[in-house]
Amino acid sequence: MNGTPISSMAWVLGGSFIGSFGALFLKIGAGKLKSSVNSVITNWRLALGIAFYLFSSVFFLLGVRNGELSVLYPMVSLGSVWTLVWSKLVLGEPFTRPKFIALGMILCGIALLGMGTHKPAPPGPRQTTSISK
Amino acid sequence: MSTISVPLSHQAQQRRSFLLVVCCTIIGAAAQILLKRGADALGENPTMVHTALAMVLNPALLAGFSMYGVSMVLLVIALRHGELSLLYPVFALTYVWVAILSVLILHESMNPFKLAGIAIIVGGIAVLGKGSPT
Repeated sequence: MNGTPISSMAWVLGGSFIGSFGALFLKIGAGKLKSSVNSVITNWRLALGIAFYLFSSVFFLLGVRNGELSVLYPMVSLGSVWTLVWSKLVLGEPFTRPKFIALGMILCGIALLGMGTHKPAPPGPRQTTSISK
Repeated sequence: MSTISVPLSHQAQQRRSFLLVVCCTIIGAAAQILLKRGADALGENPTMVHTALAMVLNPALLAGFSMYGVSMVLLVIALRHGELSLLYPVFALTYVWVAILSVLILHESMNPFKLAGIAIIVGGIAVLGKGSPT
């Protein structure tokens, strides 16, 4: 139990924030799709959504290297909370009770999963437990 | 199954999108497992060029990345219909599949925390699935 570095939290929170814009732009882009190749290629919203997603995964990778997954996993899923807000503000989707209940349950569940998950490799100097070829 | 050409009702479209996102999470989880396997097999390489070559020649990594691509395409198709705020949280299922696949394939241990977490996440998704827009 070494705690979770602030830098890891910052990476993961940043990643969840960027990723939520990815979801938003993918949704807007998907809504403008028509059944022609051209409408896929010239769809800058889709491209932007994919770019945000890829960018956010880099943040997650950097963030999850150190720290406790029980803290970091729910922070990754905070992206759902941001997405809920953008859905309301930008897309006009209603806030409903099931959405809040479900999000709360999902965040709790992910925290529990994180608590039960062992880190594959401890940070710091590498132990010589890996199989060398 | 999915080759219905008549326009689907709003409810049916919402359900189809929901199921598509569930498929996305299964494929995405499989991709993660493959990427982990591939990354583990990379080992130490003397230079960046060697690392890059090893990555390109690594079938598990390639399969993992392509499956990510497939899940992205499915996601876009799913998002055409239905509310983003209902569909996006379903992505949490990825954690559930990864936990299950890690036990089955990577032989990690199952424990009460994981089991409880999986149960609560699945419960949350069920609440979303039932809570169709008013």
